[in-house]
Amino acid sequence: MEARRDVFQAIADPTRREIISLLAKEPLTVSSISERFEISRQAVSLHVKILEECGVLSVTKEGRERRCAIEPQKLAEVSEWLEQFRGMWEDRFKQLDHVLLNLNSKKHEKQLNDGFFGGQVRQEDQGKT
Amino acid sequence: MDKSARKIKVKREFAAARDRVWSAWTDASLLDQWWAPKPWKAVTKVMDFREGGYWLYAMTGPDGEKHWARADFLSIRPQESFSYKDAFCDENGTINQSLPQAEWMNRFSENGNSTVVEIEISYENLSDLESIIEMGFKEGFSSGLENLDELLEK
Repeated sequence: MEARRDVFQAIADPTRREIISLLAKEPLTVSSISERFEISRQAVSLHVKILEECGVLSVTKEGRERRCAIEPQKLAEVSEWLEQFRGMWEDRFKQLDHVLLNLNSKKHEKQLNDGFFGGQVRQEDQGKT
Repeated sequence: MDKSARKIKVKREFAAARDRVWSAWTDASLLDQWWAPKPWKAVTKVMDFREGGYWLYAMTGPDGEKHWARADFLSIRPQESFSYKDAFCDENGTINQSLPQAEWMNRFSENGNSTVVEIEISYENLSDLESIIEMGFKEGFSSGLENLDELLEK
């Protein structure tokens, strides 16, 4: 399978998500990222490489060190993508709110009618008002 | 959303008693009123709400195009939870195996006068989850805007 390099591939791995969280606070060198993980420096390096290929972070050489900084715009793609999905559910739930509101008011109406007219008002009559 | 677990989790509170929210999720005449994101409409053909039973319905578009889907109920604990296997099918309910299937678990709990619904959708693999979201996208995006229009008109 061909390796995909997009923002979703970037966040698909827990270590990479952790690296992103670290870099969200401040840019760090690969060595200082490695210090915070128990995995080998090589493994961290590989994750950094993937993140760079995914466009989520940029790497600049500083002498013998490599400095990593987050690319916030690329990460924004994730929330944009989620927003649209969220929109579908919100749309659905707003309609469900409406259905429930109707159910609630129907019962309320019925109670009122029962109270005022001793239960004489039939369901069909309520529909006309 | 948890992509590594191939699951989507959605949680929402509704301002209604649990028995009503339960009805809205399990009674076909109520489901048809809200299940489809606009401008689609859900139209139920068969609703047999019991373990081993199924719900067969069409998502009907504004031009009359229909996408059939069915939900096979796996477990039902009245007022508390129900789960089902979700699939695309034809109008006779014959499942299209080439399209993604998922397992849904919907839980209902009381919170004062409100009801909290927790939905957990599990896909067999990541690509299923992605393709379903892409499908939902096309429908969901325009409908979200339409809702905003309605809201602004008020």
